[in-house]
Amino acid sequence: MSIKELERIANELRILTLKAIYNAQSGHIGGSFSCAEIITVLYFHKLKINPKDPLWEDRDRFILSKGHAAPMLYAALAKRGFFSEEEFVNNLRKIGGRFQGHPDMRKTPGVEMTTGSLGQGLSVAIGIALGAKYIDKKSYKVCTLLGDGELNEGQIWEAFMSASKYKLDNLICICDRNKVQLDGNTEEIMPLEPLRLKIEAFGWEVLEVDGHNIEEIIRALDYAEMVKSKPICIIAYTIKGKGVSFMENTHKWHGRAPNREEYEKALEELMKEGTLI
Amino acid sequence: MKKSIREAYGEALVELGLEEPRLVVLDADVSNSTRTLYFAKKFPERFFNLGIAEANMMGIAAGLALLGKIPIVNTFSFLATLRCGDQIRTSIAYPRLNVKIAGAYGGLSDSYDGPTHHSITDISIMRSIPNMNVLVVGAPDEVKELLRIAIKNDGPVFIRLSRGEAYPVKELISEPPPIDFGKGRILKEGEDVTIIVTGVLIERVLEASKILENEGISTRIVEIHTIKPIDKSLILESALKTGAIVTVEEHDIIGGLGSAVAEVISQKYSIPIEIVGIEDTFTESGEYEALLDKYGLGIYNILEKVKKVLKRMREGK
Repeated sequence: MSIKELERIANELRILTLKAIYNAQSGHIGGSFSCAEIITVLYFHKLKINPKDPLWEDRDRFILSKGHAAPMLYAALAKRGFFSEEEFVNNLRKIGGRFQGHPDMRKTPGVEMTTGSLGQGLSVAIGIALGAKYIDKKSYKVCTLLGDGELNEGQIWEAFMSASKYKLDNLICICDRNKVQLDGNTEEIMPLEPLRLKIEAFGWEVLEVDGHNIEEIIRALDYAEMVKSKPICIIAYTIKGKGVSFMENTHKWHGRAPNREEYEKALEELMKEGTLI
Repeated sequence: MKKSIREAYGEALVELGLEEPRLVVLDADVSNSTRTLYFAKKFPERFFNLGIAEANMMGIAAGLALLGKIPIVNTFSFLATLRCGDQIRTSIAYPRLNVKIAGAYGGLSDSYDGPTHHSITDISIMRSIPNMNVLVVGAPDEVKELLRIAIKNDGPVFIRLSRGEAYPVKELISEPPPIDFGKGRILKEGEDVTIIVTGVLIERVLEASKILENEGISTRIVEIHTIKPIDKSLILESALKTGAIVTVEEHDIIGGLGSAVAEVISQKYSIPIEIVGIEDTFTESGEYEALLDKYGLGIYNILEKVKKVLKRMREGK
């Protein structure tokens, strides 16, 4: 798939996400939009997965540790054919539906792990990577996406230590560095910088990319595959709410749904984006 | 002769490791205390020491379970159940992953280390999490069987252990009934009152029962090692048969065995129940048996509650 096509898909995933959250009148739009390109590259370029055989033993694994971005994950899974786009858009967060507010591996095909309470996905990814590398001797990759606010959780740093102890070069941790968390800017709520140096000090190989630049994300993931004896962290600099002007760079769109007027305005902006490509 | 429960656990892990290749053991820098070090020595490729970082260990176990392994996480029971409450709920119980949580040093058994290391709320917490099964070891000769049950049961299981020593049940009574998942076992038949016990207090309950028999009070003794799912039919049958129940546990009186039994009985019969447990208080450092006595788990306390429950029954209260 070409870079242009991937860019178009990312935009389409934003549109699906917007529609689903609008229909649910509930959901996390800012942190979903910030990871559209990352999720797109993973699900439409990098991950070896098979929608017809979701539990294929040798598939690459992806865990959405920042579970509140579930709508973006569901959108990608829908577009990859794990279920219909219509079902997702109409049933997000609805009683009796298959799309919980945060990912539920028992309800939604293609979801590898149940997440939602922040700070836990990286540990689970490490468990898979440990088992794959040391017990099963398998060569698939394990990838997880963290929010930057999520790095406030102590468990993440416990996990950083353990991944490096076991030299998990089959593990890729991407950090969606949108610099905004629920209550405000990350550097005001609980400063993370110098983030790269911190993670490097924990024994990781760290790469930095523009998280909205498909080409850069691909290049980083390709490079990650060549790193040996170290886990890899990609800090992806992104914009919270990316794609809709009035939703960008503000914590106000962390966890609220658009009203009709906002929805139409946002949809218009995204549709325009889609036609520009 | 009294035997160490943790020693029995360490040995059982090795035996079951031979039987079950999917078994993976995780520990948080207490393998010398939990006795998982025997497993580590025998199966180094299936043992991971994750340092003093219990929350991460729970997540790693979840990841291993996703691959079809049967991980057993090991740490002190208070750490497993309190520090990792959310990790167990979100990453293990809710997705129904096949992780076994071994809570070492249950109750007051790490007695000298004091209230920070006593674990008197673990049963209550684990019991209230959907999908979680809860087992309590009461004697060294129960360890391997309960561990095997935990491993065979496909889903999350919490198994509460002890640092203490106890008599094997088969040395306390002749021919104890077999151990079955979800089933209580009748250790002694009796007519006037049923004492339901979980954990290492079996010996004290049997002692109390001897004293009561001498006073003409006939006691049925039921051991519950599966707190969840609890053996409703045996509890109800005992309630009907004896008309009075006393529960005994090395746990806070809130939320443990006593609560579980009361939940079952109160929905069917109006009979008196008395709960022997730690009276919702923090404890202190000291010699184990003396601590049990001081914190409401003495033979005296059992006798007192039996007499109280019988009085209530007679008076219809």
